[in-house]
Amino acid sequence: MLELIVISTLNGILFGMLLFLMASGLTVIFSMLGVLNFAHASFYMLGAFFGFQISRWVGFWPALLVAPILAGAIGAAVERYGLRRVHRNGHVAELLFTFGLAFVIEEIVQIIWGKSPVDFRVPPSLDFPAFTIFSTNYPAYKMFMLLVSIAIFVGLLIVLKKSRIGLIVQAALTHPQMVGHLGHNVGRIFMLVFGVGTALAAVAGVIAGPALVTQSNMAALLGPILFVVVVVGGLGSLLGAFVGSLLIGLVQTFAVSMNGSLASAFGPLSSAYASTWLGDIWGVTIAQIAPIMPYVLLVLILTFRPMGLLGTRET
Amino acid sequence: MTVTSLSAAPPLPTAAEKLKFYGLWVATAIALLALPHVFGSGASLTMFSLIGISIIFSLSYNILLGQTGMLSFGHAVYYGLGGFMVVHAINIIGANKLPIPLPLIPLIGGLTGLFFGALLGWVSTQRSGTAFAMISLGVAELIASSALILRSFFGGEAGISANRTKLLRVFGWSFGPQIQIYYLVAAWTLIAIIAMYALTRTPLGRMCNAVRDNPERVQFVGYNPHVVRYLAFCFSGFFAGIAGALAAINFEIANSAYLGAAQSGTVLFAAYIGGIGFFIGPIVGAILVTILSLGLSDLTQVWQLYFGLIFIAVVLFAPGGITGLLMMHRPLAKGGTLLTVLPSYLIALVPTAAMIAGLILALETIVHYTVNPGDDSHIKAFSVAFDAASPYIWATSVILIVSGYLAARKTWSWVAHAWDRASSEAREKGFAA
Repeated sequence: MLELIVISTLNGILFGMLLFLMASGLTVIFSMLGVLNFAHASFYMLGAFFGFQISRWVGFWPALLVAPILAGAIGAAVERYGLRRVHRNGHVAELLFTFGLAFVIEEIVQIIWGKSPVDFRVPPSLDFPAFTIFSTNYPAYKMFMLLVSIAIFVGLLIVLKKSRIGLIVQAALTHPQMVGHLGHNVGRIFMLVFGVGTALAAVAGVIAGPALVTQSNMAALLGPILFVVVVVGGLGSLLGAFVGSLLIGLVQTFAVSMNGSLASAFGPLSSAYASTWLGDIWGVTIAQIAPIMPYVLLVLILTFRPMGLLGTRET
Repeated sequence: MTVTSLSAAPPLPTAAEKLKFYGLWVATAIALLALPHVFGSGASLTMFSLIGISIIFSLSYNILLGQTGMLSFGHAVYYGLGGFMVVHAINIIGANKLPIPLPLIPLIGGLTGLFFGALLGWVSTQRSGTAFAMISLGVAELIASSALILRSFFGGEAGISANRTKLLRVFGWSFGPQIQIYYLVAAWTLIAIIAMYALTRTPLGRMCNAVRDNPERVQFVGYNPHVVRYLAFCFSGFFAGIAGALAAINFEIANSAYLGAAQSGTVLFAAYIGGIGFFIGPIVGAILVTILSLGLSDLTQVWQLYFGLIFIAVVLFAPGGITGLLMMHRPLAKGGTLLTVLPSYLIALVPTAAMIAGLILALETIVHYTVNPGDDSHIKAFSVAFDAASPYIWATSVILIVSGYLAARKTWSWVAHAWDRASSEAREKGFAA
């Protein structure tokens, strides 16, 4: 039992930090540009596939650096030549533009790499058990993922709070006109933020690619969960996104590892009911409903606290 | 503020206007009746049925997006649940020999959509804008994932099927042949279009528009925007349920794809490409998107990519959709200056078409090398055969794209000039754009 709790906590925090790598970029982009980037998870997928392709050519470590830069450059170009143009037509048009983009990116990835999973392996230098805990070998690669995401989290925090560019970004969140009046190029800041945000998502993609499955549907699988994270945490709140990521990460990981069902708690149903839809509910295990847990959480949060856990905005 | 909006009510329509209005509906009904006599083949009847279903679904979607300003990413939930419930209803009615004929069955789907809209809508519509979009996505994922868990109701991945011919027969119609299904769909489409058009003319429909444009002022007038959004959501669910029911009757099966994100995305594409600003927009979009999705798949392997690119192009260049583009020209046509714009359109069309042809050529050759690199390089796309390995093809596509782009930029600025001149002339004559 203790083993389960420790391992699940580790995995949950790891998944949560991965989510936060993406949710942080999404939140900052949302706060600054007012647009929820529907294609954010697509950049995560692009990161994974770029990482896969580059690590095939020159190895994993260069890929870890080059793939996010490539994805970030694409992101910046999308902001510069797409979003900025659509901005005139309002937020719905912006959201729809990123929606169409997500659709097109998935199609392009399918065309280039096919629909089936690609063979993206953990680099040999990290392919060993880091430590053994209660007879379970914990892979070093997962520790590496955890370290990378924590390092980026800390780095992001320092940049946002301490550096000059971070201060401008923070100011542009609330008073974009004023920042413009002070002589800063708000357009370029927006482009930069969009590029960095998508690059962060791509980093998550590169490091998650070998551990999870690198497939053309990975964006569609993760995207909705990502939006749950930012809505549950509170739209536009970076701290909320952090709490939301860890919460969803832990909830999902724990749910997957649990096997209980109503049937195991209260005994099987009588045969008259067993074949009806009641039997389905009775027999389903917690592990089976793990995929819908985030959405249940979303509905609950919205019912009792519509602005999200740490959100302040009503929009 | 114009003078007319100050008067208490618009003037009553004259007899000629009434005749025009009702004449339009009668003409639509006659056209729907006559359609199978012109295009009687099985394939075209199936296509018409699909178009009818898509029209109802897109219009129901536009109650949310176009009329109330709520962007939903999960509208297929109500469509799918309506479809599932109808399949179960047909099975139950058929097994128990209940006296309910098939033409009434879509109502069951509509009521199912209404029920779930009422159930899930209250939470969903608490907030508008981006938050609503995300919530609709979350709710849709919740229902779609649950559908795979509740196997006995949703039938797992295979879905559940029904036999539509086993119900009570009226006038000897068995609803086995596609032509009878076509008439069923056509009748329901006409009823649904009229009902949804009537809805836009009610006070509720007007309040929906007000909530879309300025929820704060709606509160000042004494309405609760949340309640207005909720009511719109319920109506939208009702009509989506009817569409889902007709789809289930048409295919005699309901599976989890009905509820899925792809279905929600398709209806969004259809409504937006058609134009959400006008009532007729989603109808145009539904017709176009259904024909495109049936036709493009024969012409090219990567039709979904083109589909997405068309959508992005509409969002970027024609935010009003196709009807929005056409309606822009109405003041010019009334002012009699439309003809001065048309030549510049024709000039701009040539380089634009060249650029698009170049892009398609490049895409198809790239697709050939990535999807099936081992195959023969003589490929065929959009029923044009060419050799993907030939350097001339590559050179042609590059030349077409670059020169087309440069020329298109120039010619579209001419269009803008001609447009400005024509619209200011029309404005002088009193037809404001």
